[in-house]
Amino acid sequence: MADRYLEADTPELRERWGNWSFNEKWDAKAKEAIARYPEGRQKSAVMALLDFAQRQVGEETDTQGWLPIPVMEYVATYLAMPIIRVVEVATFYTMYNLVPVGKYHVQVCGTTPCMLRGSDDVLETCYKRGMKKGHTTSDGLWTLTEVECMGNCASAPMVQINDDNYEDLTSDRLESVLDALEKGESPKAGTQEPGRHTVEPVGGPTSLKEMVSENHDYRGEW
Amino acid sequence: MPNVKVDGQEIEVPDGATVLQACELAGKEIPRFCYHERLSIAGNCRMCLVEVKPGPPKPQASCALPATEGQEIRTDSEMVKKAREGVMEFLLINHPLDCPICDQGGECDLQDQSMAYGRGATRYDETKRAVTSKNMGPLIKTIMTRCIHCTRCVRFSEEVAGVDEIGALYRGENMQITTYLEQAAKHELSANVIDLCPVGALTSRPYAYEARPWELKKTLSIDVSDAMGANIRIDSRGREVLRALPRINDDVNEEWISDKARYQVEGLTHRRLDKVWIRRQGKLQPASWNEAFELIAAAKPGKDIAAVAGDLVDCETMFAAKKLVNALGSDLLESRQTGMDYDVSNLAAVNFNTTFNEIETADAILIVGSQVRWEAALLNVRLRKAAKRGAKIFLVGPEWETTYPAEFLSENVSVLHDLPAHVGEAMSKAERPAIILGGAGLAKNALHPLLALADQWKLVRDGWNGFNVLHFSAARMGALMLNFAQKGGMKDIAAAKPKVVLSLGADEMDFEPYADALKVYIGHHGDKGAHAAEIILPGAAFTEKSGTFVNTEGRVQIADKAVFAPGDAREDWTILRALADALNVSVGFNSFDELRAAMIAEVPELGVEGMVDYGALPKADAAIRADGAIAYPIKDFYMTNPIARASAVMQQCSAELLHGDTLAEAAE
Repeated sequence: MADRYLEADTPELRERWGNWSFNEKWDAKAKEAIARYPEGRQKSAVMALLDFAQRQVGEETDTQGWLPIPVMEYVATYLAMPIIRVVEVATFYTMYNLVPVGKYHVQVCGTTPCMLRGSDDVLETCYKRGMKKGHTTSDGLWTLTEVECMGNCASAPMVQINDDNYEDLTSDRLESVLDALEKGESPKAGTQEPGRHTVEPVGGPTSLKEMVSENHDYRGEW
Repeated sequence: MPNVKVDGQEIEVPDGATVLQACELAGKEIPRFCYHERLSIAGNCRMCLVEVKPGPPKPQASCALPATEGQEIRTDSEMVKKAREGVMEFLLINHPLDCPICDQGGECDLQDQSMAYGRGATRYDETKRAVTSKNMGPLIKTIMTRCIHCTRCVRFSEEVAGVDEIGALYRGENMQITTYLEQAAKHELSANVIDLCPVGALTSRPYAYEARPWELKKTLSIDVSDAMGANIRIDSRGREVLRALPRINDDVNEEWISDKARYQVEGLTHRRLDKVWIRRQGKLQPASWNEAFELIAAAKPGKDIAAVAGDLVDCETMFAAKKLVNALGSDLLESRQTGMDYDVSNLAAVNFNTTFNEIETADAILIVGSQVRWEAALLNVRLRKAAKRGAKIFLVGPEWETTYPAEFLSENVSVLHDLPAHVGEAMSKAERPAIILGGAGLAKNALHPLLALADQWKLVRDGWNGFNVLHFSAARMGALMLNFAQKGGMKDIAAAKPKVVLSLGADEMDFEPYADALKVYIGHHGDKGAHAAEIILPGAAFTEKSGTFVNTEGRVQIADKAVFAPGDAREDWTILRALADALNVSVGFNSFDELRAAMIAEVPELGVEGMVDYGALPKADAAIRADGAIAYPIKDFYMTNPIARASAVMQQCSAELLHGDTLAEAAE
């Protein structure tokens, strides 16, 4: 995180993104987000709008998307708020990319549970494919970032690639996920452990065993 | 009114007070960095921790905790001492130990508080964080490694100045304070963040490495860059003024001053008139005082002598000039050097009657012909407060960037005779309506139409007088009290064809009509007036003499002498006194004290510091109609008076902040 920085404000950047605006689809979503807040509180929608902007930029560049300065300025004007307040938000949250990223943004969790369960192997696998932390590969496909806990400790180690989590990884499993992504397929998100459904206990439950045969849960389906 | 116990002492505190304020009321010092009386509460430095019962068994940030009935607060317990030491230790982890080369040294909150509340030695031996310094323009020097993230500067620019340009980017340890894309801070109050910064992260660029605070002589003075009369402190060393800082005066400037007030003093060492000059064959040549006086006496002015007061002169100088001119049998005195001729028969009509403090509580304000941000930046702060409380603000004049929601009605002042219905309704229904008339409006005859509106909207009511005129010149109200005004303004002076014209630092006047007259310039800077004059008598600037100033709300304030005038320059009253001898007349005073006593005898109000009561507003003259497009007098905020024009800092500000964009475009 310490190496986060804003992409330099150059004439090229201005030329590329200066006339950027929401397309119809994202504009409708933006209007919907603003409508969630009372009149005059449109600024509250800034996080949603930055996300939409990043996604649209992603669609346009066939990457995960990022936030060039002119795009943030567009959002500031859209919400009638000072640009510095928008930049404060965008730089605070790490899910907003401040520099261009690849088609797939591989975020490897390196926090203690994942590290104990083998995140070093996961990283090693990424390195083998030419990825480097904080950089995008020359083919523009992969960007690698090491991140802190993503809350998937029960199915560690994990990576987040764009909007999906891939859990219970080993070197091989990650390889196959990345291979599939490279081919343009959509591999199954979530745990990669065969037979595991979500983060239920591996090897069967040790407690709340009656839940196995019958649903005692308040939810309609299990 | 809750009762609380602070260190065993029982006190009653006002409703809504915080625990920190309660402790202060009890006379306890609470260390703090982020808390500031005039800004919102952030609660992020944690330095103000105290022990509060009832409450969780841990220290609490007193700045953000409301004082409630029956609280027991301890500021002297072991827990509090350890908490402060801990917070201080964390703050110092990433703070560089560069006090010897830091300009804040000696007046640094962090330095003082680490001495008082810190552990005394560090236990930290890891590497420290380093942050790249940011560009914030020609006035603010940044060394961001020193920043402790109190966010006072961010809150100031957002809340007080109303210009969101400073922000805190990134998060946690990597948080960085910066302006957007490191653009220069561009508003006219930007340098106040230097005073607010509790550490040496934001320091004064022009004053960098000039002096240590303990070397400086502090003199209480009054700012002359506008008619607000901001209270300032002049810091000088030897014969040089090194800086001007705001003094706290809640009635006038609160705690702020404009960038021009702060940095124009740098111009006091440039382009100074430090000897007598006489124009011979079109060229100015150095001369002696006697030669100059003989030349003036040889012109035999008799009663054909006129005196024009400039914008920066004090009442004493004007009074001395008045006595001299009167003694010669003339009454040609004028201070509105740009040629305005508004009616001054009743000074209540040209005074800021509401007062700056009260204007905050107005709920509907009509501003006519004033670019308030430039003409009185500190009044704009008050107007912003009023707008935040819900005041409706209407303006007549060309559009400028307000720092609050406001409606521009028209560029033409004739709109006053035909105001839109909603304006009339808002003003007449308001509980505390106010009108502010600026110089540009006065020039278009808006005074009487507005007096008529004031009558119609009942601006004067119980405990409230909403009629205000906002002057721009620091000398104006004093000059008007000393009758430095002709009925027809400068036109009358020109029509009288005086043989000798005394220009008391009047640089904005038009010298053309006085081609045949002997023009004597008594002033301190080689500016427009000196260029036109035949004889230049070097005078003292506002820091170099004691003087009385009356601000635009009619507040009499006295400035002290900080340093001596350079070279042969003399205090202005001594020049006028010597001139009286040369012209063989008596002015009736031989010392400054006698001068001041004579002035007070003639205008008693000038002898009492504080507000002058000018009486009731006059009746409006319905025959006078306002007409014409308003043109604001200030074209360049940083270049409005001879001191500022001489200042390299102000020139740089003008070039970079105001003309920077156009210059860059021209170069492309």
